[in-house]
Amino acid sequence: MANTSATLDKKTLLWMYETMVVIRKFEESSKREADAGKLRGMHSSIGQEAVPTGISAHLRDDDYALGTHRSHHHCIAKGVDLNEMMAELLGKATGTNKGKGGTMHIADINKGMLGANGVVGSNIPVAVGAALSAKVKGNDSVSVVYFGDGAANQGSLHEAMNLASIWKLPVIFVCENNRYAESTPFEYSVAGESVAKRAEGYAMPGVEADGQSVLEMWEVGKEAIRRARAGEGPTLIEAMTYRYHGHFGADDPLNYRTQEEEDYYEARDCVEQLKNHILDTGKATEEELASLDEKAGVSVSAATKFADESPFPLPEELTTDVYVNV
Amino acid sequence: MKPDVLKKQAWKSQGPPSDKTRKLTFIQAVNEAIRQAMREDPTVIVMGEDIAGAPGREEQGFIDAWGGPTRLTKGLIQEFGPERIRDTPISEAGFVGAGVGAAATGLRPLVDLMYAGFFGVCADQITNNAAKMHYMFGGKVNVPLTIMTNIGAGANSAAQHSETIYSVFAHYPGLKCVVPSDPYTAKGLFISAIRDNDPVIIFNHKLLMGMRAGPEVPEEPYEVPIGKANVVQEGADVTLTGVGYTTQICIEAAAELSQQGYSAEVVDLLTVSPMDEETVLESVKKTRRIVIVDEDYPRCSFASDVSALVAEQAFDYLDAPPCRVTPPHTLVPYSLALEPLFIPTVERVVAAATEVLQ
Ligand SMILES: Cc1ncc(C[n+]2csc(CCOP(=O)(O)OP(=O)(O)O)c2C)c(N)n1
Ligand SMILES: [Mg+2]
Repeated sequence: MANTSATLDKKTLLWMYETMVVIRKFEESSKREADAGKLRGMHSSIGQEAVPTGISAHLRDDDYALGTHRSHHHCIAKGVDLNEMMAELLGKATGTNKGKGGTMHIADINKGMLGANGVVGSNIPVAVGAALSAKVKGNDSVSVVYFGDGAANQGSLHEAMNLASIWKLPVIFVCENNRYAESTPFEYSVAGESVAKRAEGYAMPGVEADGQSVLEMWEVGKEAIRRARAGEGPTLIEAMTYRYHGHFGADDPLNYRTQEEEDYYEARDCVEQLKNHILDTGKATEEELASLDEKAGVSVSAATKFADESPFPLPEELTTDVYVNV
Repeated sequence: MKPDVLKKQAWKSQGPPSDKTRKLTFIQAVNEAIRQAMREDPTVIVMGEDIAGAPGREEQGFIDAWGGPTRLTKGLIQEFGPERIRDTPISEAGFVGAGVGAAATGLRPLVDLMYAGFFGVCADQITNNAAKMHYMFGGKVNVPLTIMTNIGAGANSAAQHSETIYSVFAHYPGLKCVVPSDPYTAKGLFISAIRDNDPVIIFNHKLLMGMRAGPEVPEEPYEVPIGKANVVQEGADVTLTGVGYTTQICIEAAAELSQQGYSAEVVDLLTVSPMDEETVLESVKKTRRIVIVDEDYPRCSFASDVSALVAEQAFDYLDAPPCRVTPPHTLVPYSLALEPLFIPTVERVVAAATEVLQ
């Protein structure tokens, strides 16, 4: 019988659990590094772990993922090396981008991570291009682009969705609707209060999903990626999620949202939900999960140590990589 | 999916900045300029992302949650309301374009483009509409639009958020580009820009935001003229020109040079377009040497333009070739180990000046 989220096998469930825990611990550690002044702030993805995890469960290294300013979770779910990621955050020579890109620009083409991007909405057409490349080359790679509810108001989304649809490209547009763009509430900025509904105008499926449920993300991701691989064209997924922290560094979210709202979402925490599901269905024991927690902690600590001990780039790196050939 | 948990909450904002000593910070000076410009002219409106913050939540007690990405517009919504202080979605092509249209039809919009590097999203509106409408329409339509945007490296924000790209805009006839260097020039240039009948882009350097240096800031509205450079300090041996943040670098470099026995004249260029050729030429004819300090990319840049001006029009006066201190032709690196190598520093300016003084 085919896997549905209700009958997911243990291996997938534990991979998703471990991935989400790694993301959370990575973000906790990177926040500590930022607080210590080793990088000047970052956009935490805590709260949103389930979105790329459920999607990435269906992805291969030769599929593409593209992200935003808030992309550590996208990168980890896509399999980017933790050591190199943390080193990149600290601007070290051993980082994914040799210290040149930093927290908003992590890229690892070998893992199909085609880059986080600090310009809101900027990556959406690039994802269409990666999908075009797969189609022209005749392989069945797919391209996933994550963007926020705020980014949904950029013109680039319109052009990219239309292009992907008329050319039936293997793109999965994943809107992480965490309800805010900086301090701007989603209900103010998005007309009609739905990103998913916009898909209709581009003749593609538009699905709203509970982004706090990794099982639901797994389910909608499965169908969207199947469609894309089969040459049936793009899908838009609107994952309803929440960022637990402020937008960036010192931002205090209680200036624009209530404690009650924060509590509401934290009570539906994605990691806790999956943990309960695994235990309730007897797929694994408390001890097994605890050992995964510990393993995640060990690898994040190792990454932080690796980053701390790595050398900074040499001064001549300032002017290398501007061109391929000069 | 949507919880009804948005409840009334006490207003948390600190309110508008104020400081009796009139040694205002850059942020306070700009804030005051915008406030005064809005008071004197009801057609002035402000648009941008999170310029007030928490839009639509006034009734729940949330107002002015951000007050702008760098708090330049803090406290304005309480005085002018959401009709004139407009939070926008992240749609730069949309709201910068709307700024052009509103300007062409009787408003004086001030639009916030968070970082200059984001101009690409709305470049068409700036370069094809704002810059060209007055000319193409035979001078019959004015576009009194002001755009404010952040520039500058030094905040560990990598290549997309750290550019100092006024030269891109100065390249376009029809756009005026100004770069304040301290709180005093910031307030005066904001007032001038908003009152000006042409599109003006104001470039605010990130590293100046918290600064309190420079002349005291008068309480009343005043203009710092667009198109005029300012001789910050007179000198006899070498001219140092700065733009925005690099003016501060030049002032510090001049102090070091004076300890070495050299008298440096510091010219704060202030307007990148239209360029004040006269002040630069006058200064260099006196000092016979020039060091041009600029954080923008060096190719086809304002610094090259100043250098060309001096070489072409003051050649006979020069005792040394014009010298530019700029970043190398590269992008802004993220790493805290590399970023300081990008930005022109006091040491590099002093070294360059010492060289031309030999
Ligand atoms: C073109 C552009 N405009 C503005 C910004 C500044 N900015 C950075 S993140 C952000 C909010 C993004 O909101 P959303 O897309 O919902 O993503 P989230 O931060 O919630 O993950 C803004 C306005 C930017 N980086 N790029
Ligand atoms: Mg958001």
